Amino acid sequence: MLANLRAALVIARRDYVATVWSRAFILFLLGPLIPILFGMTFGTVGSKMSAPSAPPTIVILASDSEAQALQGVRRRISTILGDEGVPRIEIRPGGNPAHILENDEAAAVVTGLPDRPVLRGVPEVVSRHAALIEWMLSDARRDRALDKAGIVTRPIALKQDFIAAPRHSEQNDRSTLARAGQLLLLFLTMILTGMLLSNMMEEKSSKVIEILAAAVPVDAIFMGKLIAMLGMSLTGIAIWASAAAAALLAFVPVSALEMIAPAVGWPMFIMLSTIYFMASYLLVGALYLGIGAQAGTVREVQTLSMPLTFGQLIVFGFAASAVDQTNGPASIAASLFPWSSPYAMIARAAQQPEIWPHLLAIAWQAATVAMIIRVGANLFRRSVLKSGGAGFWRKLIGRSSRAA
Amino acid sequence: MTQELAIEAKALVKQFDGFRAVDGVDLAVPAGAIYGVLGPNGAGKTTTLRMLLGIIDPDSGERKVLGNRQPLRAANRIGYLPEERGLYPTMQAREAIAFMGALRGLKLGEARERADRLLAEHGLAEAARKPIRTLSKGMAQTVQILGTIVHQPRLIVLDEPFSGLDAINQERLEVMIRAQVDTGATVLFSTHVIAHAERLCERIAIIVGGRVRFEGSVAEARGRLQAQVTLVTRRTEGGWRAALPADARCENGAWIFPLPENGIEPLLARLIEGEAGIEALSIERPGLHDAFVEIVGEAAAQGIRKEPEPE
Repeated sequence: MLANLRAALVIARRDYVATVWSRAFILFLLGPLIPILFGMTFGTVGSKMSAPSAPPTIVILASDSEAQALQGVRRRISTILGDEGVPRIEIRPGGNPAHILENDEAAAVVTGLPDRPVLRGVPEVVSRHAALIEWMLSDARRDRALDKAGIVTRPIALKQDFIAAPRHSEQNDRSTLARAGQLLLLFLTMILTGMLLSNMMEEKSSKVIEILAAAVPVDAIFMGKLIAMLGMSLTGIAIWASAAAAALLAFVPVSALEMIAPAVGWPMFIMLSTIYFMASYLLVGALYLGIGAQAGTVREVQTLSMPLTFGQLIVFGFAASAVDQTNGPASIAASLFPWSSPYAMIARAAQQPEIWPHLLAIAWQAATVAMIIRVGANLFRRSVLKSGGAGFWRKLIGRSSRAA
Repeated sequence: MTQELAIEAKALVKQFDGFRAVDGVDLAVPAGAIYGVLGPNGAGKTTTLRMLLGIIDPDSGERKVLGNRQPLRAANRIGYLPEERGLYPTMQAREAIAFMGALRGLKLGEARERADRLLAEHGLAEAARKPIRTLSKGMAQTVQILGTIVHQPRLIVLDEPFSGLDAINQERLEVMIRAQVDTGATVLFSTHVIAHAERLCERIAIIVGGRVRFEGSVAEARGRLQAQVTLVTRRTEGGWRAALPADARCENGAWIFPLPENGIEPLLARLIEGEAGIEALSIERPGLHDAFVEIVGEAAAQGIRKEPEPE
């Protein structure tokens, strides 16, 4: 037993060093940037597509005193509505409206101030902004009247008083956090299991596997490979977490993080997430490794891993659908089914403060991980060295071969 | 006194999808010997070695390696060079050797020290920190062989160790094998190139169609065939011709026939008496190659084994 563990660690150490010092690991570290960059790129394009065209210019022909009052109103309105919602107002002491419109200097012109104002311009601008112009002109008239009467109004200072977010809002935040946690778990597990398969294919093609199998039990090889990838992924997670923490501390106020705190609190949530990630990776990785060992070529690996990938997505969908009903039958079923259990429990950690369900889930997942590893190791042992014999899957896809 | 055996196998059988790759192999490899497993391609040599090493389990039969029925329990005392060489291409040469040592129970630090020493002894000190992918094929193969012996195994199993090596490296490997045996190790190797076995081995097993068709010393294998006599005479006719064996045949002016069971002397006396005018006479002992061809031929004539039924 101890010898097997020692052998597994020798293999894990080799695989870990080889992976962490490879270009593939740099790509792995950069992996999370891809969705972020995609999001930013498409977000920018989307916002550009949905952004309204530049606000039209409306020229108001007004006297100096009217102009001053109008500028004041314009500033107030911009404070309330923002610049984007308000047309650009240009106040001129005089001018030929027809000339201004013909030369495209403005989309509309206001004439006839102070008593008979007329907004003249293309129908789209006139109908859209008439109310606003009316509001501006009325306010400007009132301001001038108050001014003339010598009434000075003092601005009112409004005190701001924050209360905790209402419960439904907190639930929404935690539900979002639960979904984000599940998505991250899926993303990491899929990347890692893919890397695990490539690593094993490399080993099979370089024929090192036979040297390993002659020196140590196949179970130790299997465990060594799983441990190496787990170590590699935890290294990656530590690097990502450090980078994310630095970025959050630099750009996001701590109060904002406190407002979206998971139900179990951030330290416990991070610890549970790490445990559930390990469980998810081991459950899927053991299966991938066991089934991947049946394959002789990269194409066979792709063929065999496709149903597993779909299976992962279905399991993820199952757990994700139960996020909003943490104590409902779907959520309990998702917590019990080994492969969806880590997803369901990470969501629960975000939404429910109780710790005991996590202790039960961790014990259950540990038992299922041990069982799945056993099954995976058996599949691996039976197939990994069968360069000559046809395994179940290879038979299934119609291959056969001879012994050496 | 019973000789100590490094490997003992009885009636090993391995079947792949209805095809008997190994069909009842018996082997007895004496400790401290160089033992050759010979056979044509696809004879079942590699599968036999894999079973002996515990890489795969036999369907039936028994094996005992260095006294262990479970070969992997003796793995730290065994070195193995597989037929298809396997090294991690990005690994440094010394690390590759040290890794193989660590797999066989050495502490990593000690394995690295030994790797450096072995590389220096074999003129590869400069390659120690180079990645395997940058080494020549011969150098990479030497690295793999050094990885096989870094933990000073008592049993060394080499599957087709000479394939892919040039003549110089083949010679070096033969020297290395002898040196290992001098330290008390047992070497078992498979090959389909007979010359190496003839030079190195004390005992051999010839496997054809998954079965051992011959097991014994090289001399015993050669002894299966009679020596051939080649006789050239000045005179072509005469009473002396009656002295030639009935199965003598004439090829390019020379008489060729198996060495008579009672030796060459009585025949020589009759040839001289009959004034045959002996111009040349040679007796050629058959080599292992001839014995091998004969044994494989016999097996083929008997119908080696049934091919698997199409699925």
